[in-house]
Amino acid sequence: MSLYKEFSKGLVKDNPAFVQLLGMCPTLAVTTSVVNGIGMGLSSTAVLIGSNVVISLLRKLIPSKVRIPAFIVIIAGFVTLIDMALKAYFPDLSKALGIFIPLIVVNCIILARAEAFASKNSVAKSAADGLGMGLGFTLALIILASLREILGNGTFLGMSLFGEAFKPAIIMILPPGAFLGLGVILGTMNWFAQRKKRGEAK
Amino acid sequence: MIKELIVIALGAILIENFVLVKFLGICPFLGVSKKVETALGMGMAVTFVMVLASLITWLIQTFILDYFHIEYLQTIAFILVIASLVQFVEMVIQKMSPTLYQALGVYLPLITTNCAVLGVAILNIQKEFNFINAIVYGGGAAIGFTLAIVLFAGVRERLELSDIPKPLQGFPIALITAALLSIAFLGFQGLKF
Repeated sequence: MSLYKEFSKGLVKDNPAFVQLLGMCPTLAVTTSVVNGIGMGLSSTAVLIGSNVVISLLRKLIPSKVRIPAFIVIIAGFVTLIDMALKAYFPDLSKALGIFIPLIVVNCIILARAEAFASKNSVAKSAADGLGMGLGFTLALIILASLREILGNGTFLGMSLFGEAFKPAIIMILPPGAFLGLGVILGTMNWFAQRKKRGEAK
Repeated sequence: MIKELIVIALGAILIENFVLVKFLGICPFLGVSKKVETALGMGMAVTFVMVLASLITWLIQTFILDYFHIEYLQTIAFILVIASLVQFVEMVIQKMSPTLYQALGVYLPLITTNCAVLGVAILNIQKEFNFINAIVYGGGAAIGFTLAIVLFAGVRERLELSDIPKPLQGFPIALITAALLSIAFLGFQGLKF
């Protein structure tokens, strides 16, 4: 039961991208299409689970003074694995995500979970935490990417949604659309939260 | 030669601005941009580290990784170099100029996780730049970062005093401001040399 709790907190309540505002670079950069968002999310999830498990296994062996460099080397090892796997099996996705695959190393979500969770908890709990946080991140990427792809390109997962007459708002898949989309999503979430609070106060 | 370098530098500063167009270094861009002074300090520290990192990672790639055909260790090698470089810069600044160290303080260690630094190192290799071009590109990217963060901090200082709808206060309005800045930088895309 407690494993499920560690897993589920990352999905909504402590969602890494929308609530903790971690890992902003890949969130903004790769969400031009839903496929890229899913690819990035799942790659980060794989790295997160791997690094969380290994760091949790080694948590009693790593001296606390050199823990950050040690964590970074472990994370970089997993990122290299994912990078090679994507290049071998999904060359198109690897090309689309480009530089942001090696940059998973400096994604603050992964180092933050290593430091705040995996270095203090058991292996099973750390794996559940990594899976939950990773899927929460993927979910956030899918939401932002859907918004941008539907408005900016008129498609979802590459399928055309509207008729010929639809003129896509190209700005949404250009860089400004990422900032605008995330700002609007966060604003909407705040609006709901505040409305709920006011409702409870009455 | 000189013209090529100017094109690379202007490209990195304006046309492909690292923060607003390439989305590298968003964390410090959003995190340390509440005041113009701290933003400028962060920009200067990042400039220093990015130029040094471009220089050292280029040498490592050419003379160690390519030489021994172990290119797949790139990510691990580069992040280790950057982490130790940041630590080294921190110690040097502390010894040489305690005033500057005081001013930059907390922001120095944060540079390790600034993806713009690792990003510029990897892009230098991907674009197959030579040694001089790599340093100029690193410098240009860093100036572009400083420009974006200082402009953004200037706008945010004014946002503090303005009347913003409650749900948009804080991060959402900052992101929307960044979107407008990004639109402005899109205007540079038409620049041709």
